[in-house]
Order: sequence, then structure tokens, then C-alpha cells
Amino acid sequence: MYGLGLFKGLGITMKNLVSPSRQFNIVQYPNRRASPFDLAKVEDQNPILFIVGHPIKTFRSLLGLETLEDRMPQHANFRGEEFAWYDQRCTGCASCAKYCPLGIIEIVTGTSGVNQQEGQSYDIEVFDIDIGRCMFCGLCVEACPYDALHMGSGFEEGKYRRSDLIINMDQLKAAEKKPSTWFRPQLTNRGHDPIKGSTADWDEVGRHEKPTLEDQGERWAKR
Amino acid sequence: MTSTPAFFVSFDSLKILFTNLIELFGLGESLGWSAGLLAGISISFLIINVMVMSTAFYTWFERRMIGRFQVRRGPNRNGPFGILQPFADVLKLIMKEDTIPDAADKPVFTLAPIALLAPTLMIMIVIPFGTYASDQAFLSNLNIGILFIVGVTSVNSIAIFMAGWGSRNKYAILGSMRGAAMLISYEIPMALGITSVLLLSGSLAMTEIVRSQSVWFILVMPMGFFVFMAASTAEMSRTPFDQIEAESELGSGYNTEYSGIKFAVLFLAEFMAPIVTAAVVTTLFLGGSQGFDFLPGGIWFAIKMFVLIFLLLWVRSTWPRLRIDQIMGFAWKTLFGLGLFNIFLVAVEFMVAVKLGHTSDGSLTTGYMLTMAGVNWIVTIIAFIILANFVGKKKYHRPEPTPSPLANMGAGGD
Repeated sequence: MYGLGLFKGLGITMKNLVSPSRQFNIVQYPNRRASPFDLAKVEDQNPILFIVGHPIKTFRSLLGLETLEDRMPQHANFRGEEFAWYDQRCTGCASCAKYCPLGIIEIVTGTSGVNQQEGQSYDIEVFDIDIGRCMFCGLCVEACPYDALHMGSGFEEGKYRRSDLIINMDQLKAAEKKPSTWFRPQLTNRGHDPIKGSTADWDEVGRHEKPTLEDQGERWAKR
Repeated sequence: MTSTPAFFVSFDSLKILFTNLIELFGLGESLGWSAGLLAGISISFLIINVMVMSTAFYTWFERRMIGRFQVRRGPNRNGPFGILQPFADVLKLIMKEDTIPDAADKPVFTLAPIALLAPTLMIMIVIPFGTYASDQAFLSNLNIGILFIVGVTSVNSIAIFMAGWGSRNKYAILGSMRGAAMLISYEIPMALGITSVLLLSGSLAMTEIVRSQSVWFILVMPMGFFVFMAASTAEMSRTPFDQIEAESELGSGYNTEYSGIKFAVLFLAEFMAPIVTAAVVTTLFLGGSQGFDFLPGGIWFAIKMFVLIFLLLWVRSTWPRLRIDQIMGFAWKTLFGLGLFNIFLVAVEFMVAVKLGHTSDGSLTTGYMLTMAGVNWIVTIIAFIILANFVGKKKYHRPEPTPSPLANMGAGGD
């Protein structure tokens, strides 16, 4: 018997319409409906006192008109958009640019800076990431030998132009550093969680302890 | 049934009102002719505004309900439950720039939205809403009402072709070419569905069609109802027959180049079509304003319209779009045959009724119509089963796919 699938489909959509269990399995972003208890929690009050004190708000929230800004729970390993880049750690080796499957990281190094004379790192002139084309695989972060590049934690970088989606070095330097713990177990071990707002400075994100002066001498100067 | 509610505004009562007003000012001799004109303009103004407002709320209802059907939320930001969404949409469209492409055929491009909207509104002239005096239409009780509807709706295909042709865009012209082919094809099954109604009612007037339905025609000829519903769904180009727009294939189809207020008018006409179609189907198959006495006829009409609109919504939210060859095949191989078979069935039954004397002054008796209903439902179900098996077995032949030489380029061999 052919043609029964049409009616089966109609049955499924009707079930979607009438069944409450199928209806509310989506969480609305960024606002969600707030119950009176949620509102009381926001106002930091006893729920009963809140309901007695704010009858209109309670009524509106029962009608579903009161909303609350809310987020879905997000893991600290989330590979977000704003990259956390530490220019103090970066040597300009361009490993990230080489490992990027899409080739969207552009690094230009020069020989004019002071760093060159010390033999530690190149002087970085351009460090651009085109997050409009990024697929957030995190390979650049895995490739970075000096833990200078980290994934970010946000996802709301909506822009009006594609050219605005290219993050340049100044923006990277000025940005608030909330590195994701993606491929950085040392951050996880320290209890770092960018979703809860913790930031990390450049000397806290390395995978080793910072060597002391004596240690440096042992390793490099007296060899 | 003939009691007139005091609140109702009709053409006749308005004409009397305007005549009295003109006589009151002492202009009866010079301006007496204008009473009918003024009444007509007032009623038209009323109808147009009511239709536009109901379309606005219908767009909200449709988006909201389809959201529910497809387990997502519809518009819910403007006003309680998003009910102000249509006004936000219209405001946005009005404030947008009204662009016309350089290469466009400007008069045709400009006239197309009006040519699409006007016929849809004109249908409302002859619909007997039954809001007063049992089953009278708002403006005019044309004695060729259904012929008027068929004639006026056929302007649709021209309007859509005007929109596609005038905008000089390849997607628009593709969409409107498809649309012209599809709309003209589907007018034949639609006319066949109407013809079977006319066989039983014996009149082209909408009021007479309503009056002759002592048993609703959906019960008497379900096949005709199916044919007419499918054909009219295609006529207003909604899913599963929305080849004209076909968002995934043609950009936006015939309205690709439209923006601003012109797009708003196209949008309005497109969303007004289900309401008008529901009104026509209610008149033809669901007994118009007939109902039980505890509610007035207009309310019954509205309830039936709502049920039909909900049915159209349900189908729209569930079934996917057909391919263009499937659509044309469905029109010519399935609906055309079903429509002809339905006419044959009804005509034979009518002749049998005449021979056996089951007629009273030209129309069938209620008892015979109930017998017809029983026979026709069984015949319809059998016909659908046979047809589904016949159509379903003809599977589309597809060659075995050959793997692309580019697939897994680095994986094989060395």
C-alpha cells in the first residue's frame, strides 16, 4: 500500500502540535520565560514574599510575558571566537599559520625590532586571524609550541562586514584574555573556567612553571 | 433565517441610508444617482480593510502554528505571543527602499503586485458570508458567481508572469515560467471539481449553491472535494506545490527582485489566497453559512473557514515540495482523471435519481443525497487505493551512482 507515509507524516506533525512533551524541548536564546521563582531568585528574595509583593509581575510571568536573560550551560573547553593571544609568549614562529587547514592566519615578521638582537623571537608586524572563515578546529592552538595562542570562549561576534571579522594584532593585544581550556590541561588543572569569567595573564598559561633565573642559567647560559 | 441583525451593514441598507442622507440635504434630484456608488465604495472599503487586517493576523497565525508543527517557536517578540509581528514586518517593508532593477520592464514590474492582489480581493465580492438575510453576498449576488471566480482567479498566472518577466532576473523568470505552466495546468482540475458541484446544484449563483446543499457536498462527493482542494492549493502555490517560489532552488522565485512596499503587496496577496480559498471551498463544499440555530450563519461560515485554513496549514507544514515533473504529472495523470471520474460518477447518479423520481423541483432529495454519500465515499477510497498503488509503483529510474574520482584522493593506493 503506497501513500500511507503522507498520513503518517501528518500524524507526526499533529503530535508535535498537541503534545507538550515535544513542544518545549528547545531552549530559547537569549531569553527564556521566567517563573515567579526565577524572578524571586533574581531579586534575591523569598519566593513567597516576592509573589505577595509583586502581584503584577507574578501574573505576567504566569502568562509567560516575563523573560529572563539566560544562557545554556557551556563547557570550559568550548572553542570560541575571540582568540586569546599573548604577545609576550609568541615568538613569531608561525606554527599556527602553517598548521591552519584554511590558511587564515597571516603572520609577518620583521628584523627591525629589539627582540631580534637578543635572539629570542622575531619582531611581529602583522598577526591577523580571519575568523569569518575559521572553522574552530583548534589545530593552531595544538600547534603552538609556546602556549601563546588559545581559543576564546565567546560566540557572539556578529559584525556587519566581513572585513570586520578579521582580528588584527592590536585587537588581539587589547582583548580581555579569557582563554578556553581547549588543549590546555594546565589551565584545567588550575581550575580555570572562562565561562565563569576567570581571566589568565601571560605568565599563568604556560604548560611549565616559569623557570627561575638560576634554572635559566643552568639550562642555557652556562652550557 | 431571514431575520436581519441590527448591527449588520449591507449594500441595500447603506444605499437606503445614503439616499436618505442625500434627500435630507435636499440634493435628491441632482445627486440621487450617487447613493449606490457611495454604498458600493463604503462596502468595498470595509471589505478591503477587513481582508488586509485578517491577512495580517493570518500571517502571524500561520507562522506561529507552523512553528509549533515543526517543533520550533514562531514569532514571539513583538507584543504578547508575537501578535504584533505582522505590523513590524509591514513597517520594515515600508521603510525599505523600493528598488527597481535598471533592466526591468518598469510598467509591468510595477503593475504586477496590483494585478496579483486585485483578483484575490475581487473574489470576496461574490462570497455569501451569510452575515444577514441567510445567505446573501456582501456586495453583489451575481447569478454567475462561480464563473466569475474561475475567470478572476485565472488572472493570477498572468500577474505572476508579469512579476517574473518584468524584473529581468533569471531566477524570477524561471519561477514564473514554472508558475505559468503549473497554474494553467491546475486550472483544469479545479474547473472539473467545480463542475461536479454545479451538476448537483444546477445553478452558477453562489447563493443557490449554498441553498442546494441539504447534505454538504463534501459528504456527497469527497473525490470532488479532494480534487478541488489539491488544485486550489496549487493555484495559490503553497507547499507541496510551491514551485513558483521554491526557496531552495530559485532564490525566492518570481519576487526575487521585489522590495519595499511592492514586496509587501505581493506578500499580502500570497497570504490572502488561503483565506479566500477557504471561503470559496466553504461555499462550494461545506454548506456555506448553514449550521445549527444557536449561532448565526456568519459565525458558522467563519468556523468552517478556520477549519479549512487549519487543514491547509497542516498540510503545508508537513509535506515537502514536489519536483516540477511530479507536479505536472500529478495534475494531468491523477487529478485530471479523478476529476473526470468524479463528474461521471455524479452525473450517472443524477440520471439514476431522475429516472427513479428522487427529485423535487429540479434538485435531489436529502435521502437520495445521503445514499449517494455512502456510495461515493466507498468508491473514493477504493479509487485512491488503486491510484496510490498505480502511481507509487512507477518509481523514478536512477542510474547507479559512480564514485567521483576526486573522492578520497589521498587515501587509496600508496
